[in-house]
Amino acid sequence: MSSADVGSAALIVGFGTALYAVGAGAYSGRTGRREWATSARRAIYALLALLALAMALLEAAYIRSDFSFELVTQNSSTDTPTFYKLTAMWSSQAGSLLLWVFLLSLFSSAVLFLTRRRLRDITPYATAVLGGVAAFFLFLMLFYASPFDTVANPPAEGNGLNPLLRHPAMMFHPPMLYTGYVGFTIPFAFAVGALLKRHTGPEWIRATRRFALVAWTFLGFGILLGSLWSYSELGWGGYWAWDPVENASLMPWLTGTAFIHSIMVQEKRGMLRIWNVSLIVATFMLALLGTFLVRSGILDSIHAFGESTLGRPFLVFIAFALVASVALVVSRRNDLRSEARVDALLSREVFFLLNNLVLILICVVIFWGTFFPLISEALTGTEESVGPPFFNGIIAPIALALVALSAIGPLLTWRRNTWKSLRRAFVIPLAVGVAACAALAAFTSASDSVPALAMFSLAAVVIAVVVQELTRGMRARRTMTAEAPPLALSRLIGRNRRRYGGYIVHVGIAVLLLGVAGSSSFHDQKDVRLSPGETVKVKDYEVTYRKPTVAIEDDRSGTGAPLSFGAVLDVRKGDEHFTMRPARNYYPTQDSAMGPVGRFFGGEATSEVDLRWGLKQDLWLAIQPDLRKLKGPIRRGNDLPERFAGQAIVAVARSYLDDPPPAAFRAIVSPLVVWIWLGGGIVMAGALLALWPSPEARRRRVTSLYAARLGRELSRA
Amino acid sequence: MEVVLLVAVLAALVTLVVLQPLRVPATAEPAADSRADLEAAKEAKYREIKDAELDFRMGKMSEADWRALDAELRAQAIEILRDLDRLD
Repeated sequence: MSSADVGSAALIVGFGTALYAVGAGAYSGRTGRREWATSARRAIYALLALLALAMALLEAAYIRSDFSFELVTQNSSTDTPTFYKLTAMWSSQAGSLLLWVFLLSLFSSAVLFLTRRRLRDITPYATAVLGGVAAFFLFLMLFYASPFDTVANPPAEGNGLNPLLRHPAMMFHPPMLYTGYVGFTIPFAFAVGALLKRHTGPEWIRATRRFALVAWTFLGFGILLGSLWSYSELGWGGYWAWDPVENASLMPWLTGTAFIHSIMVQEKRGMLRIWNVSLIVATFMLALLGTFLVRSGILDSIHAFGESTLGRPFLVFIAFALVASVALVVSRRNDLRSEARVDALLSREVFFLLNNLVLILICVVIFWGTFFPLISEALTGTEESVGPPFFNGIIAPIALALVALSAIGPLLTWRRNTWKSLRRAFVIPLAVGVAACAALAAFTSASDSVPALAMFSLAAVVIAVVVQELTRGMRARRTMTAEAPPLALSRLIGRNRRRYGGYIVHVGIAVLLLGVAGSSSFHDQKDVRLSPGETVKVKDYEVTYRKPTVAIEDDRSGTGAPLSFGAVLDVRKGDEHFTMRPARNYYPTQDSAMGPVGRFFGGEATSEVDLRWGLKQDLWLAIQPDLRKLKGPIRRGNDLPERFAGQAIVAVARSYLDDPPPAAFRAIVSPLVVWIWLGGGIVMAGALLALWPSPEARRRRVTSLYAARLGRELSRA
Repeated sequence: MEVVLLVAVLAALVTLVVLQPLRVPATAEPAADSRADLEAAKEAKYREIKDAELDFRMGKMSEADWRALDAELRAQAIEILRDLDRLD
């Protein structure tokens, strides 16, 4: 009995268990019989245990390089570093499906455990939906891409992990992304349950709000890690290419952002019910679409798994889920009527709605641009695509409007505001924005790009608004409690975590967009060929190619590359002087036709970019060595007996170092890039603060006169 | 053959765990369930009252608007407290 057999058995039983959860949950939802709801919930727990077993078995196979597993042979090898063996699972189609459904069972178990004594009418149907989604992914693994397929005659060595994926960000990028996708399944499932039971109040939102926020946070973090990987690994120097798969991850994040804002309107005012269920349906569908795009091969992307047979079942499932969800929402439209009406246009709820519309508009533009190749092919028969100029041209002005709204939102209160109070609250942040704009225009070259200047100024306004909100809140608290300022500030934040966590997220997004505006508007790039001793000037930097380098079995980046050709470059900027060492890693191919030496040069190669990070600007350097001159030495090495391959490779390297040909270099000076990552960090910190349970979540139980009790409890809240 | 055996063993284990609640029909505790939902509603209402007060203290709304809103929210909170007490 092999571990692959145990894994396969776990998936088969898992599939049956998930189907059982669908049936038992639906039966309980229909009849109200609670023992069936408990049984369905237990089925989800059992599913988690089965999938944890499957994950553990597959990870163990990777770690011990068990090449009887087809998956391990395809994307691991004995010389793949352990760190990357652990992550190799999700670089494959089947392994990533297993990760997806494992995370889904984990989240499902968590939410069902937390709501085991709540929402008794909604939870059974939600369990059925969660079981149904899990069953679909298990079906894909059982019938299309099993992670436990084995090979009859295991090879002695595997193909190794795709070198491009040997980057620390890649260790966490897919799990973060999938956690985001999976997390949005939870509020979707509860929304469906609420609609089926016509229980459309804010209860399902309260029960799943944190899951939506966790999903939003992880999805955002995953997107950011992908950008960091692109910037520091892919060798083109950018962090966002409007690639279809990148776009597919951004779309649910945008609708999720809209959802997180608009559910507050339902909680506070009982409005936007139909909008909220529609948003969560859209977010879940886009999360499925994102998962589908990576696997279907219908659009070209560097991030996709390539051609596969998964496209058709995925499309059928998405179509079914979409039609069923829309039909359900339409059939419940009378139950989804708002409890209240908008009191005034100048109110927080109206601005939340505007923010939602802007986010959806961005999402629609991205959707159109991403699927334009398919749309154009369907309409004209010719596949055409739109590039970054299309996205940048339309989205940049909309993003400015979004940042402006995020500056105004925190200044407003619910129901109604007066122009006078808004003017009073806005005067200082506006002055800060105008001052920032004037200073940047006078003392920097920011005015060369009007959109960038506008973004910098608006970011200043957002930050000023949040600082002012904190200051005003602290003062208000001090008038009531006479606490010292630091104590008043920390208690203010501690007792209003959701509000101030959200404001901190606003600051993070503004800082992030500031980095995007700066780096995209003012970056300077040079592509040159240099011989040792030659110099290139990029912006304020003088970069001199001092000497070539070759590392054999000494890869500095820890990717396990046996060969690395690079350069030592002296960089001078004014009085500052430092050294940079970009390189290109070469990974061997298993193709023996290339010869014992040639196979070390004929496999995949990756750029090992050298980056000089800075708050003001980054210097980014990549090298493309010219190895054509090495054909002769490689051919001679191939003619030697295989046992001399090591010495032959040393001789080839020596010939390169003795007479180095000119190498191609890409040098980029990119201003403010680091603020993208710092902004992302601020967003995470804000989200964590908003997620942290508040002291008032502690349960209190008092009886007596209601008003007195209310006052007493409120004073402790 | 081995896979079939493994499936049978795992399925038996899962069946034991999953079907156990069906052997002992649940003793209904509707009061406890409603309490959890009402407690969540109460916490949310308290948060709204505190939010409104903070907005007023920060000068975002007039005293008249705040008093009207506060009275409305407190009335809703009292309703929830009454519902909670009815469960006792």
